[in-house]
Parts: sequence; structure tokens; C-alpha cells
Amino acid sequence: MTLHKLGHFHGGLHLDDHKAESTGQPIEPQPPGKELVLPLRQHIGHDAEAVVKPGDRVGKGQLIAQPFGDISAAIHAPTSGTVVAIEGRPFPHPSGLPVESIVIAADGEDRWAQGLPAPVADFRNLSAPELTQRIREAGIVGLGGAAFPTDAKLRIDKNSISTLVINGAECEPWITCDDMLMREQASGIVSGIAILQHILRPMETLIGIEDNKPEAIEAMRQALATARLDNTEVVVIPTLYPSGGEKQLIKILTGKEVPSGGLPLQIGVVCQNVGTTFAIFEAIVEGKPLIERVVTVTGDGVQQPHNLRLRIGTPISAAIAAAGGYVEGVAELLIGGPMMGVALPSDEVPLIKSANCILASTPANLRRHDAHPCIRCGECATVCPAQLLPQQLYWYARAKDHDKAEDHHLFDCIECGCCDYVCPSHIPLVQYYRHAKGEIRHLRKEKEKADRARIRHQLREERLAREKAERAARLAAKKAALEKKKAAKQDAGDTPDPKKDAIAAALERAKARKAALQQEKAGKTAQESNESP
Amino acid sequence: MLTAIISIGLLAAALGLVLGYASIRFKVEGDPIVDQIDAVLPQTQCGQCGFPGCRPYAEAIARGEAEINRCPPGGEATINALADLLGKEPIPLDEERGTTPEEPLIAFINEDICIGCTLCIQACPVDAIIGAAKQMHTVIRDECTGCDLCPPACPVDCIDMIPIPKKLDDWVWDTPKEKLIVEPAS
Repeated sequence: MTLHKLGHFHGGLHLDDHKAESTGQPIEPQPPGKELVLPLRQHIGHDAEAVVKPGDRVGKGQLIAQPFGDISAAIHAPTSGTVVAIEGRPFPHPSGLPVESIVIAADGEDRWAQGLPAPVADFRNLSAPELTQRIREAGIVGLGGAAFPTDAKLRIDKNSISTLVINGAECEPWITCDDMLMREQASGIVSGIAILQHILRPMETLIGIEDNKPEAIEAMRQALATARLDNTEVVVIPTLYPSGGEKQLIKILTGKEVPSGGLPLQIGVVCQNVGTTFAIFEAIVEGKPLIERVVTVTGDGVQQPHNLRLRIGTPISAAIAAAGGYVEGVAELLIGGPMMGVALPSDEVPLIKSANCILASTPANLRRHDAHPCIRCGECATVCPAQLLPQQLYWYARAKDHDKAEDHHLFDCIECGCCDYVCPSHIPLVQYYRHAKGEIRHLRKEKEKADRARIRHQLREERLAREKAERAARLAAKKAALEKKKAAKQDAGDTPDPKKDAIAAALERAKARKAALQQEKAGKTAQESNESP
Repeated sequence: MLTAIISIGLLAAALGLVLGYASIRFKVEGDPIVDQIDAVLPQTQCGQCGFPGCRPYAEAIARGEAEINRCPPGGEATINALADLLGKEPIPLDEERGTTPEEPLIAFINEDICIGCTLCIQACPVDAIIGAAKQMHTVIRDECTGCDLCPPACPVDCIDMIPIPKKLDDWVWDTPKEKLIVEPAS
């Protein structure tokens, strides 16, 4: 084993980790519920497109919505049953707005669909694009919380990757799903890593795990020793929130910094979460699309905090019930951890692919205070892992001075909540940043729309002018043609006209005949007068 | 004395030539201030300002013939931006021109009633209505600017202005309701 020299990121916090609450029992697989709701938007990028219609019978693992565009993810039926509706349903999002969802009534048989892609006996026989396509077809997204479609991260030039980072840091308090997965499924995760290595061909692979998970570290080391992967090692990192942030973990493990507004790919790094890696293993080696995930159901608001293996689309209320139900006086329900999670307006929303934790809290565990004015202590800047100036950002966000906020790199904020946590005045800083980011994006969209309207209006004006000119030209041409005809008529006086000639000739003939007749008559009378003198 | 006059005179002549040349060589086509004003206007092309579209209004402002408070869709934000751009004092919106809508609206054609007369298509300043004679018409939602010019054109009154349907993409976090618990010193 080599000693790995660790880098470190700016700031960060030592928090009570609350991991022990939910690591006492193994991951518990749960049967599918009666009704599963699959929102067409469970990932970053374009919504998936439904390929089933109400009334269709579906088998477990059957494709029910296909990805649309490069950055999008497929969705599969988590169990067998009937599609009962495709309609707007509540969604685990702070807005509470509905999202178009496929609703499946389970038939209880949990029967696999026919014609699913066969398990791959040896993935080394497949090329990188073929494997990437399989991953896309399995609907795999980043399971660490961001839900970025995994295949999009793997479609890259060959030999451009120096380091593959496997994220097992799981730095946020209360969440233990990655920890438990590493303890129980280390060999599967390592197989997933081997598949990623086959696709990306990195020079080295680093598995970052925080030092508060000794069992997971041991399990992963043993699995690695069995699998004998080259240039791959488990790197134990100090427990410090947010070391599991993608950019922070890359900084710790490689010492390299992802440029502002950039992607890890630009510095030759790809980062994948351990849960995602396990899903890749299941998709390729076992032929199972992503239809379930491990979720930590925890907090002092549930009776038996533990990790559950739940079907995607299960109602959050069912997950809570599986954890023994709420304790009395539960005050808040978060999806995600206590630092970055968002509060849910209700538990009647489905579990989506990005949900790693469901956290129910009683008032005793809430940090809710009224805000005092900022005293400019600068604590927030000391802990900010993105090296921003949270205080300045706060003033600009509050004053809606969006240009200044962007100049101070608002969009590099990872919303980790460290500044909120340390603020002695309890100012809800992150919410200001979220609002400002949303507002800036919204204004940008409006601007784009206005620019489009300007162009459309201009084009319309041009078109109308052109049509007018064309009509005028047509009229002018018609008029000219008429004039020409008229002129031609007048000219006819000088030039012989066959019709006129014919008439003239006929007239001539008639005249001649008349003259002849008269002559005859005259001759007759002369004869008569001669005969009768 | 004479040398000074001559040298200054020559210098002036030389610089004058350079300036003269530059004014021809680097001549700016069009009026850049009109573009800047036009960029600030909301581009609804509604004509509520009394000009046939946003650009004519921008030109009128640039010529100093129109006040900066005649754009109801833009409202206070546009007035402030114009004031900022032109170095003027912001003034309240000219109420005669209309009122700023509470939330942005778009046109919606009731397709069951539409008779396919094409009058609304002709009224739309941004070609956001599609259809043909005796065929049903419909509004392209993403392109409609909410100018309110098509409802009066419709002979069967089948166009309504509706709020833009709420989508998750457009949702924005609220600002925190900050309740300061320290009373201001009196």
C-alpha cells in the first residue's frame, strides 16, 4: 500500500456526524408498494419521454420512458403492474409544483419483463461506447444527490482521463446509505469500478472514504485485494464537511482544482459516487436497470432509523412507515441531509433517483432562529469551501445587485450550508443565494425571449415590406402589360392587320360583285332599249 | 512668437486632418444609443407607448421626442434602466398608457370557438400565432409576448389572456422572510 499525499480544501466544518443512528442494522430490502409514481423528471437535463400509455401492462424493469436528448435518463417500471395514469403529480421539490408522472398500480407479482438486455458475462468483450450505451439504457444517474445522467459523464475522448475518483466520502451528517452499501456490497462496487476503468482508461483510480467509516474502508480494501485492480487504491481522508463535494474531494485526492464554472473533465478527472458505481455493476453484470436504491431513513423524528432498499417511485410516507413511523411531535421532513436537503411540504411525494436520505426531525433537532443583523464577523468566509465571500454575496443578493453577485462568483457556490451554520446572526444565507441564482437564470431567460421577440418582429416587418413590394411589383407588371396592349392597338393603323385585310378584301369582293351586277343590269336594259326602239 | 503661432497652427492642421480622416474611416452606422435603448425595452411590440413597436419608441426616446415612462409592460424596472442609461431621473409610469400587469400574461386561443379567420395572425407583431384560412389557429406559447393585440382582432372573442402556466423550470426560491429581532434604535 502506498501512502497518498492528501491535498486540502479551504474552510469546512467538523459536525456531529449522527451516523451511528442508522448503521446498526443491515440494509433492508422492501417490497414494492401498491402504487408507484415515476416522475418524468428525476435527473438533470431534459425530461424523459413516456413510451407507455394508461392501460398498458408493464413488467418489472420494462422501459416506460426513454431519454430525450444527450443529457437525459431512461425510466423503468420498478415492479410489474398496470399503468393507470400519466398526469401531473406532487414531486419532492420545495415548490410543491406537480410534475408529469407515470403512475403504476402494482399487481403484486413483481414479475420481470420479457426481453430485457441479457447480463454481460465479461464486460471486457464490449467496447466503451457499447458499455456507455448500456448504462444509458439502464437509466443510471448520479446517485450521490445530483442525478446527473451518468452516460453523459462517460462519453469522452479516449486517454483524456488521468484520475477516476470514486466518491465514498459521504460527508453530510445523518446519511449512511453509501457507508452501508460499501460494507455490504464492496465486491459489486469494485466490479463497477472495473467497468468504469474499462470505459475511461484512467491512469489511476482513487476511492475517497472519510475516516469515520472504518468498516466500509476495510470492506473496500478487501474487495480490491480480491479483484486485483491495477493502480487503484482506497484513500482515507479526514472527516470534514463537505469533503464529499465533487470539487472538494478532487482537491483532497489529487491536489488539482476544478476551474470556476468548469467541469472536472477539464483537468482530466471523472468523479462517480459509490452508489452509482454499484448501479453500473448491476446494469451490466446482472442486467438490471436502475429501479431501486438504498435510502437512509433517519433523524430523531422516526422510530427506527435505518437504511432501506426502496423501489423508485415509492411514496415517502411508505418509507417512513417502513422505518417504524414518526415519533410524536415531528416538525420537519427533509429530502437530503440536514445541511443541503430541502424541506418537503408533504410526505405524499414519490422517492426519486437522487434521494439519498429522508430526514425527519423534531423541534429539538432544528436550528431555527430569528435572524439578527449581520455583524460582519467574517466567520462565513473562513468556512466557505469554495473560497467565496458569503457576506458580500449576501449584501448583493439582498439588494438584487445581480451583476455584482455574479462578479463575486455566486455560481461557484455549492450551497453546502457552512456559512449558514456558523453565522452567529443566523442569517439564512444559502436561501439568499438560491433566490439570487434563480432570479439571475430567470432574467437571462426573459432576456433571451425578448431578443427572440425583437428578431421575430424585425423579420415580420421585413416580410410585410417584401410582400407589399411584391404586390406592388405584380400590379405594376399587370398595368404595364395592359398599356402595352393598348399601345399595340393604336399601332395597328399603320401595319396591315390580317383581320382588317380580310374584311377589306371581303368588302372589295362585295363591291366588285355589286358593280358586276349593276353592269349586267345596265347591259340588259341597253339591249332591251335597242331591241325596242 | 511667430514660430509658436506657426507650430501650433501646423499641429492644429495635422490633428484636424487626423480627426477628419477618423470621422470617415471609423464612421458608426446607425445610432448606437437607439440599440442600447431598444435592448432595455421588453420587446412586447404592443404599441401601448403610442409607437408602432419597441424600436420606433427607442428612436423617439433617442431623439428626445418621448418620455421614458411610456412602457407599461416594462414597468418600473424598464423606467429605472432607461433612466440609468440616459442619465435621467426616474419618473413614474404614464398611467394613460396602461398599467403594468401583476404577472406576465400570454394569449390563449379557445380552439373550439376559433373560426379560422386569420385576423389574429395578422395582428400578432411577432408571428406567434400559427394557422391558415378556415383552419384552427393556435398560439406558440414560448414566442407570445403578451402584447394583448390579438384579442380585439378576434371577431368571435375566442382569445383570452392567461397567466403563463407555472413550470418547475421557472420556479425561483423566495427571498427569506427575514424577521429582524433587534428593534431599530429610536
